[in-house]
Amino acid sequence: MDHLAFDIAHFLAGGLVLISFMLLYQDRLFALLNAFALQALTLALSVGWQAYIQQAPHLYITAAITLVFKALIIPVALHRMVARLGVHREVETVVSLVPTMLAGIALVALSMVVMLRVTHGVDPLAREDLAFALSVVLLGMLMMVTRSNAVSQVVGFMSLENGLILAATGAKGMPLVVEISVAFSILIALIVVGIFLFRIRERFDTVDLQALDDFRGESR
Amino acid sequence: MEQLQNLAIELVQMLLVLAPAPLLIGFIRKVKARLLRRRGPPLLQPYRDLFKLARKEVVVAESASWLFRAAPYLIFAATWVAAALVPTFATGLLFSWSADLIAIIALLGSARFFLALAGMDVGASFGGLGTSREMMFATLAEPAMIMIVFSVALIAGSTQLSHVAEFTMSPAVGLRISFALGFVGLVIVAIAENARIPVDNPATHLELTMVHEAMVLEYSGRHLAMIELSSQLKLVVYVSLIACLFVPWGLAPVGAGLAPHLIGIAAYAAKLAGAGALLALFETTIAKMRIFRVPDFIGVALMLGLLATLLRFMSRSL
Repeated sequence: MDHLAFDIAHFLAGGLVLISFMLLYQDRLFALLNAFALQALTLALSVGWQAYIQQAPHLYITAAITLVFKALIIPVALHRMVARLGVHREVETVVSLVPTMLAGIALVALSMVVMLRVTHGVDPLAREDLAFALSVVLLGMLMMVTRSNAVSQVVGFMSLENGLILAATGAKGMPLVVEISVAFSILIALIVVGIFLFRIRERFDTVDLQALDDFRGESR
Repeated sequence: MEQLQNLAIELVQMLLVLAPAPLLIGFIRKVKARLLRRRGPPLLQPYRDLFKLARKEVVVAESASWLFRAAPYLIFAATWVAAALVPTFATGLLFSWSADLIAIIALLGSARFFLALAGMDVGASFGGLGTSREMMFATLAEPAMIMIVFSVALIAGSTQLSHVAEFTMSPAVGLRISFALGFVGLVIVAIAENARIPVDNPATHLELTMVHEAMVLEYSGRHLAMIELSSQLKLVVYVSLIACLFVPWGLAPVGAGLAPHLIGIAAYAAKLAGAGALLALFETTIAKMRIFRVPDFIGVALMLGLLATLLRFMSRSL
């Protein structure tokens, strides 16, 4: 039973890393948002499972918050924004796909090596969760670096935050207050980002952030 | 006595993979046609095509060397041996000790090598074009397959197929993310290697898109029949390999009686039919990819293989 519990936790956390790669692979915005919703759903399942095996009822609330905010509200809101901005056909990556994937694999390997060294002698479940969480965070950063579209960068940022939640649930003992305030700050970030998106669009007729560099006179 | 029984199983196995290979293709075509609300050709049509081709006269280009004539038989032999090594309905095969995953990859790789040589042998432009494309896919698909095999072998502790199948059937296997990743990766590799739809369209003869068909364009008569049969057999090999590694339930154990073997054969037939129906469904719902998008698609399989191996190391070092 204990072995199976560990296996399921490993499976769900590994699924999160895999969906991070799916996010890197998508080049259509709607598909990207769907993959992001899937990642949030997997995260909610993973947190729910942790709540069950750790017998920590407050984690169920975290799972519910993740499910409602990140799997429903944020994807739907971003979906509408993309439709209103009319950018759902735009596809652009700064670096091409294969190097990005290879960099992603390297980051996952790096985070495993680092985490397994650092957390020597801790509960295996927490160790494994931390390693996966660090990979999700690094992959979210990679996504923000390689994309020039503002909406994809927002998705990268949100998936990075998914990694933080995974780390927090594995580490046992994140207070509920912190969790709720993080969830709300993410929502506020979404609103601010939405306003900025429309402002950038109004100003430059595009949501490609390369335009900002050009405007500052830093053209490549 | 046991040797004799194993020999009998081996012989049954060799026939069992060869006989339904055209039927599987016929079944896939039929399901695809029915999904598009067409009647479709009869199920036995691929057999008739093979017999028709075998009776026809062979036309060989003047510039063709001996290799061009020998290649169809070499390709067929290599594929058939690979098919004979994969346990389909029973694990107690006579050559079970040599049924190594790496040996099977090598056999399939040598079949592809001869096919590529034959494609370039005549010197016609289409053969060269198809060969270069096939090789571009192969350079990605082969490492992906090897990575997947490594991750599976690391989990099961052996590269021998019968051991892996026994391990997957035992309760020790649990729930493994590496297995899931390997499964998806191997399905992608199988689609790419068998020239199925998102990578290559098996029904097309349009110059711009064909890959596998362009390579064998110069073949006719019984040579073409051999090539067609071995490509049908190759699909069976991949389906059997996936079934043996990831859904081995129904395999008769070593030294079992007649009844488990019959159940094994029935289970194998069900697995083939299920895989064919799923493949047909998948192919009807998806469009063919641009040729330069294919490396990305196969690259996903390579990435999954790498990730599966990484995750495996991770859970082992805990």
